[in-house]
Amino acid sequence: MKNWPLWEIFIRSKQGLHHKHVGSLHAADEKMAIENARDVYTRRNEGISIWVVESKYIHASSPDESDSLFDPANDKVYRHPTFYNLPDELEHI
Amino acid sequence: MNQTLLNYILQIADNSLILGSRISEWCGHGPVLEQDIALTNIALDLIGQARSLFQYAAEVEGQGRTEDDLAYLRIAREYRNVLLVEQPNGHFGTTIARQFLFDAYHYPFYKALMNSKDETLAAIAEKSLKEVTYHLRFSSEWMIRLGDGTDESHEKVQNALYDLWPYTSELFVPSETDNSALEMGIGVDLSEVKNFWNEKVDEILKIATLEKPQDGWMQSGGKQGKHSEHLGFILAEMQYLQRTYPGQEW
Repeated sequence: MKNWPLWEIFIRSKQGLHHKHVGSLHAADEKMAIENARDVYTRRNEGISIWVVESKYIHASSPDESDSLFDPANDKVYRHPTFYNLPDELEHI
Repeated sequence: MNQTLLNYILQIADNSLILGSRISEWCGHGPVLEQDIALTNIALDLIGQARSLFQYAAEVEGQGRTEDDLAYLRIAREYRNVLLVEQPNGHFGTTIARQFLFDAYHYPFYKALMNSKDETLAAIAEKSLKEVTYHLRFSSEWMIRLGDGTDESHEKVQNALYDLWPYTSELFVPSETDNSALEMGIGVDLSEVKNFWNEKVDEILKIATLEKPQDGWMQSGGKQGKHSEHLGFILAEMQYLQRTYPGQEW
């Protein structure tokens, strides 16, 4: 069992919401990963749908590069549509 | 009071209570964290079913006894669970084999109980069936993994099957209560349950490359209150608190 691969678990909590990463677990294959995820992550009514992805298939950005990747967005306020005056009657914006 | 109905509810409740208690022994001892939680979930499902049934039994009896009195304060001879569910956990393969043999009975049992003329029993059956559907999927899956796994896992689960086999036929031998309940339209026809069980067991054992044991000397007595030596120890642990500090509540 120590050879079981690691799986990343994504749970959708409600219809219409995105699947959200909730954690990881070990399982021998995808079937077992879904069953384990059901038991580990949805027993308190957290979900209506489960995705599992073997962790090795997740490719991540490197923390070392976060300066060049993310900092440039810091001073570009004009990319947010915050300069419009909206009428009060407008909701959900 | 309807004595047949009461006895029938207790017979169903005791199976869930004792198996739930048995599986809960795994809590904190599972082979890996994920299976530890899975087994504990199943234990909680079963104890939840037992609670609903004991609450109903207490109501039907109408003598002022509560669900706790029924679960905790009877003596071994008054329990009506089948012998299979009180058998020790053994290793993981034993627990899985016991679970599979019981789930393959539990599932069609509840399915049939949904047609009970007794509305409360039918409702409890409907709710429980969802849980048991998953139990059966879980234990079937593990029978296949262990049976069709390594030489060692195959041998272990095969031996567990041989050891537990003599406890399986009792599931389908109707007790007096089973017969009366069936006549009244509140009970389940165990011969139909047996058909499903046979098919399911054949199907899964085949995929799991396991041999179906031959029927030999079969054990019985649980439904009549004649239990194996194990039940006393389970009850000793389960009842200790209520008997030492009567009336304790959550």
